[in-house]
Amino acid sequence: MIQLSLHKQLHTAKGTISLDIELALEPGQFVTLYGESGAGKTSTLRMLAGLLSPDHGKIKVNENVWLDTDAKINRKPQKRKIGFVFQDYALFPNMTVRENLEYALTKNQDTDIIDELIAIVALGELQYQKPDRLSGGQQQRVALARALVQRPEILLLDEPLSALDTKMRIALQDYILKLHKQYNLTTILVSHNIGEILKLSDTVYILENGSITKSGTPTAIFTSHQMSAKFRFTGEVIAIQPEDVVYMVTVLIGTNVVKIIAQESEIQDLTIGDTVVVASKAFNPVIQKVL
Amino acid sequence: MMNWEPLILTFKLAIITTAILFVLGIPLAYWLAYSKSKIKPVIETLVSMPLVLPPTVLGFYLLVAFSPNNAFGNWINEWLGLRLIFSFEGLVIASILYSLPFMVQPIQAGLAGLPSNYKEASYVLGKSKFITLLKVLLPNIKPALLTGIVLSFAHTIGEFGVVLMIGGNIPGETKVASIAIYDEVEALNYDTANMYSLILLVITFSILLTVYLINGGYLKKYGR
Repeated sequence: MIQLSLHKQLHTAKGTISLDIELALEPGQFVTLYGESGAGKTSTLRMLAGLLSPDHGKIKVNENVWLDTDAKINRKPQKRKIGFVFQDYALFPNMTVRENLEYALTKNQDTDIIDELIAIVALGELQYQKPDRLSGGQQQRVALARALVQRPEILLLDEPLSALDTKMRIALQDYILKLHKQYNLTTILVSHNIGEILKLSDTVYILENGSITKSGTPTAIFTSHQMSAKFRFTGEVIAIQPEDVVYMVTVLIGTNVVKIIAQESEIQDLTIGDTVVVASKAFNPVIQKVL
Repeated sequence: MMNWEPLILTFKLAIITTAILFVLGIPLAYWLAYSKSKIKPVIETLVSMPLVLPPTVLGFYLLVAFSPNNAFGNWINEWLGLRLIFSFEGLVIASILYSLPFMVQPIQAGLAGLPSNYKEASYVLGKSKFITLLKVLLPNIKPALLTGIVLSFAHTIGEFGVVLMIGGNIPGETKVASIAIYDEVEALNYDTANMYSLILLVITFSILLTVYLINGGYLKKYGR
């Protein structure tokens, strides 16, 4: 059980906003914080990790108090058991992939975890390379593995995939899911990508100007009404063409291009670039705009 | 016949000064790079003073401060048994102050130029500030460290005014090469002065060239 109550005046590019966050997470949850930049998502993660101090607030993880401004308790980042993955990876350039992971070991920790993690993120062949020889996706896999060396119970991901292309993103999402399950993590993700959120998280919190305005399952939040569907995928509209009496909507789902027949009424509010859900009810796939 | 003593003394002074400066400069540069203290601008100004101050001014105040006739000089003399004016020890201390910005500023700039993520990632991994500095920050600013070391070394070799004020011209104790050159010219021994000068010129040129080659990556580029 993780309980957060954080309050801070944040000075952002758009002016000062007042961040007021109250959250309670269950162990094993995969939670996403979603919102425009400057809404306070990253600040929330940084306060949880101890990299930023709130003006006042409380953080309780299981029975341990990490922060209580009234009682003047504020654990340093070093004393909070957390894995943190930065947007730009923050790998140490002077160390090889393996050394980056080994650096994270605690005193007397069994080194088996290094080989285990290297195997999971498939970096065996690259383990003696320096990070600057690696692609963005490979670097992010190293960062992900490094964050888990100390076996934290909480994993914080600050827009970890935003610098990657679609193909790489999807592969990394699979790694994240795998690690989340294998290590029984409670994961908090900051993301802008609705497809990613639908795929990864079980709960999403929408932040607007420092406060949580909506929360729920990603499907409930991002689609206007619940659909009963046999299968469903999220993708991006890349083309809409008229074909006789119907329309052909081309959707990019992951790396696959899918063509879907739609009625004129269905494409009314669709434009190229929209994120959509493609789902099948009985026989016909239906297509619906997301958020 | 040329006397090698001033040259040996010069390099001894430069090596000792640089070694001490390296140890002192890192914590000072670290503090200046990351502190949000209100007195930081004052400390920054003090560190940079030798860049603009005539060396004779620094030398003059050190002479006054270290004089056994004053409380501070007397205290050092009595408690540590050190006489700092007209002595090699005094030269070392004066050189440290004089070359301080040349060590501190490159290291400070190097640290400030590192992404703050490195530090934060290391803290989140449970590593102390000291371990982070030693294993993550310093190894990633090697060019800045090298620049600091070499500039301090070269600057100490080139000092004249401070040495003249506080060290004087005692052979084997405070008569460094720059003083010896001045001395020989005064005595119209232009040949000896030229020998000292030429040696200093060649050595400092080689040192600086090496640094630019290493920091510019030229050796890596053409060495293979």
